[in-house]
Amino acid sequence: MTNIWVLHSSVVVYLVATAFHLVYLVTLREPVLKWARRVTWAAFVLHTAGLVIRFVEVGYTPVTTLHESMSFFGWCVAGLYLVLQLRYHLPTLGAFVTPVASMFVLAAASLTGHMEPLPAALQSAWLPVHVGLLFLGDGAFALAAAAGVMYLIQERQLKRKRLGAWFRRLPNLEVLDELNYRCLSIGFPLLTAGIITGAIWAQQAWGTYWSWDPKETWSLITWLLYAAVLHGRLTIGWRGRRAAIWAIIGFGAVLFTFLGVNFVLPRLVPDLESLHIYTG
Amino acid sequence: MEIIVVGLSHKTAPVEIRERVAFAPDCFHDALRAVRDLPGVREAVILSTCNRVEVYAASRGREDGVENLIRFMAAYHGVPEPDLRPHLYVHAGSDAVRHVFRVASSLDSMVVGEPQILGQVKDAYETASQGQATGLVLNRFMHKAFSTAKRVRTETRIAQSAVSVSFAAVELARAIFGSLEGKQVLVIGAGEMCELAATHLLENGARGVQVTNRTLARAEALAERFDGRAVPFEEFAYHLPEVDIVISSTGAPHFVLGPDAVRAAMKIRKQKPMFLIDIAVPRDMDPRINDLPNVYLYDVDDLQGVVEANKRERAKEAEKAEAIVAEEVAAFLGWMKTLEVTPTIRDLRARFDAIRRAEIEKTLKVFGDDLTKKQRKSLEAMSQAIVNKILHEPSVYLKRVADDPELEFAVDAVRRMFGLDEEPTDKEPPS
Repeated sequence: MTNIWVLHSSVVVYLVATAFHLVYLVTLREPVLKWARRVTWAAFVLHTAGLVIRFVEVGYTPVTTLHESMSFFGWCVAGLYLVLQLRYHLPTLGAFVTPVASMFVLAAASLTGHMEPLPAALQSAWLPVHVGLLFLGDGAFALAAAAGVMYLIQERQLKRKRLGAWFRRLPNLEVLDELNYRCLSIGFPLLTAGIITGAIWAQQAWGTYWSWDPKETWSLITWLLYAAVLHGRLTIGWRGRRAAIWAIIGFGAVLFTFLGVNFVLPRLVPDLESLHIYTG
Repeated sequence: MEIIVVGLSHKTAPVEIRERVAFAPDCFHDALRAVRDLPGVREAVILSTCNRVEVYAASRGREDGVENLIRFMAAYHGVPEPDLRPHLYVHAGSDAVRHVFRVASSLDSMVVGEPQILGQVKDAYETASQGQATGLVLNRFMHKAFSTAKRVRTETRIAQSAVSVSFAAVELARAIFGSLEGKQVLVIGAGEMCELAATHLLENGARGVQVTNRTLARAEALAERFDGRAVPFEEFAYHLPEVDIVISSTGAPHFVLGPDAVRAAMKIRKQKPMFLIDIAVPRDMDPRINDLPNVYLYDVDDLQGVVEANKRERAKEAEKAEAIVAEEVAAFLGWMKTLEVTPTIRDLRARFDAIRRAEIEKTLKVFGDDLTKKQRKSLEAMSQAIVNKILHEPSVYLKRVADDPELEFAVDAVRRMFGLDEEPTDKEPPS
């Protein structure tokens, strides 16, 4: 159970990092930002260690239960943020992303993380590939949505011509729009590959590539949505505000596919049982 | 030693007075020498800009120094003293230090946070130190003024937002486009306001200026100045899709650009953002243009609003800056105090006594109980005597130079030689 302790301590460090990012957002003091990034790295490293330890302790890639998926998703978001902040000058991005990552890891930590033997249906080399691709893609979509939120706030400031406290705290529209696009163009291929590997695995496990399982259906909806957004951007210039809004809607679809299908849908449509059930 | 400041600025004197007491660049050395020759004055710096004329001096006495400086200012420029006095401000001691730190940090400027003043103060100091007019006190003083200004600059956002309309346009363009590198500009109307705004944009990386005007010849003249090209007024709408920034200031009584033309242009440019600046009154651009996606239209009032907001922001940042100045003033005054004789002799004694006691203790430990009370006493007495004898000469010397020009140097040398301003180290000095 070492992994649980490590995960719990990483939650504490994530929350401290979030606090630092929020303090920076308010004060805009450079040293605070430096520490915010350092602490975020520390949380991420600790979290990574927790995942590795769990991998060793349970003997399979820990992405099957809800506890594990939440934790892994938070890890993807934090990791992508850390990579992107090296490339882009977006000092306040962390204030928008670390709370999201922290919430997921916190949610994971609050669920029981007890370990069970892997169900036979999931004992496949496809498991880490299929789930890993999808969660990385989802992480990229989360960052695109964060950039979208920042874009909408900043755009509103500029349109209304009231350059308040937010104006100085947010980067320029161009870089936010670019970040949005960059994240979509990372996330979309990952999502596509995740769906394809899932189909191949389904063929091997269940004998059919596609069975209109709710999770599959919603993945397809999400995929179509992002495909439309990317197509719109490349052909008729869906950018700026519109792209920002769609990035946020798209992430809503991602969240529904991830969580809603398991928790909301069964209540609305009791007969519809997903094959993608979290054992946690 | 006392720092004194006598001067006048845009706040206290009209330009008619300021121009009469301004120091010409070629007479600085002359003037500095004259100030230093005043009785009691040891060091001097003269700052002379179009907004302020100030003389800083390190002087033995406060009242005399101030009076002498005022008389010098009047005499040197041939302005009758009664004309000059009402416009002068006089600072001494901590007020003088605070004043100069605030000036260097641009807190006393007409436009708070403007960056030129620090350079001007540095030049003033450069000139004075080349002419050997500065010494220990003003050297340190001026360097502290520079580092205070630097702290204010890096720790507050006092100078980060635009406080003029044309710079506000640049600030907004940056918020929309990020970098202005390579952005295309269209100028409608060949007026002066347009020229100013376009100049700022070009200085910040924009390129490729097109100018249009009802009179093509004027457009051509302006285009030539920007290395751009002129476009006939009837055709400018065709060029809209290529341009990222439009500046307009025609004398037209009606709108020259409406939402339809912009919408069509945006379609062709695939919704790449466009920034329109309307500085004409009456306005040139239909305000509905601002409702189009990815289009940002600012008229003169909007830009003025940005400037006002920025000014309020600066005022808020100025409060933080004042706190930094107060900190630095306190630190500098602390240093000034160490330059006095009595505390230095006291510190010197304390330092030597600490060494003496440490060594005695060590020796006593070696002997343990082998020593009689009497022997201990005489060891103590001997060490005390050695310290007193050693310190006798330096103490007498310091007291003797107390009224000399070399005082500060002597005190400073002694303090540094014996590390009086450092924390005593735990390490044993090599014996």
